[in-house]
Amino acid sequence: MNAIAKNASSVKSGLAQALMVAVFGIGIVFVAGHLQASALHDAAHDVRHATGFPCH
Amino acid sequence: MASRLLTSALFAGFCAGLVAALLQFVFVQPVLLHAELYESGQLVHFGAEPVSADPDLGGLDLMRDALSVIFSALVYTGYALVLIAVMSLAEASGAGITARTGLIWGVAGFVAVHLAPAVSLPPEVPGVAAADVFLRQIWWWATVVATGIALALLAFGRSWMAWGSAIVLLAAPHLIGAPHPDSFSGRVPPELAALFAARALGVGLAAWVLLGSLCGYFWQREGLRQTATA
Repeated sequence: MNAIAKNASSVKSGLAQALMVAVFGIGIVFVAGHLQASALHDAAHDVRHATGFPCH
Repeated sequence: MASRLLTSALFAGFCAGLVAALLQFVFVQPVLLHAELYESGQLVHFGAEPVSADPDLGGLDLMRDALSVIFSALVYTGYALVLIAVMSLAEASGAGITARTGLIWGVAGFVAVHLAPAVSLPPEVPGVAAADVFLRQIWWWATVVATGIALALLAFGRSWMAWGSAIVLLAAPHLIGAPHPDSFSGRVPPELAALFAARALGVGLAAWVLLGSLCGYFWQREGLRQTATA
């Protein structure tokens, strides 16, 4: 594999990994901050208000 | 690469989340508990008798506060994962990521997820009137995404086209407008609601600046460590 192709493939895998990690992070913020299941809502209530998420 | 992303995000997010929780307990929680007395009807705004502005808010509620610490750590870890992912892409295209440059990343993150949504949908204290929660959540996410893209275009764009699009994206959510209630029926005094919004934003800024700096620090440190052991 020549240097340019190698570089291109490492950029591609870097992008894929960054995307995966970002989606994982968004998932956590969604579950902790936005999901309206009532047990979750009650547990996260104060943090949701304090971080400015729409709460109830 | 993936382990560098995850390790630095987990460290930075967890630490920033703990500090955010501590700041929340000192500055935000007393206002929130005070407002809940009005929400539940224990205190009445504009009742027959004047109401003291310093009611007894009760002591520590261990279960409730422990849950706040856990969720604060979770939320900031989620933010850290997104921030580190974007930082890694910026570094790949030549930006320097350190604890010092992380400060400005933190301010940008604060603008995207706290300040921009707050401009049209201020942090709500319990007991105020609000529109449908689902509609507000959609508007919140759309605003955060639009503002995030706009800030990236401002920082890394190289043409007037990019900067112009950024301004349109920054303004659009507010020109379209956030969902608001049909009538105002909140029972909480405006003094408390204003203090709550200001405190929530202040704590958010402090936590995000710390988060950005820690993300930069751990990202750089993990990079050096992995190069040394490779």
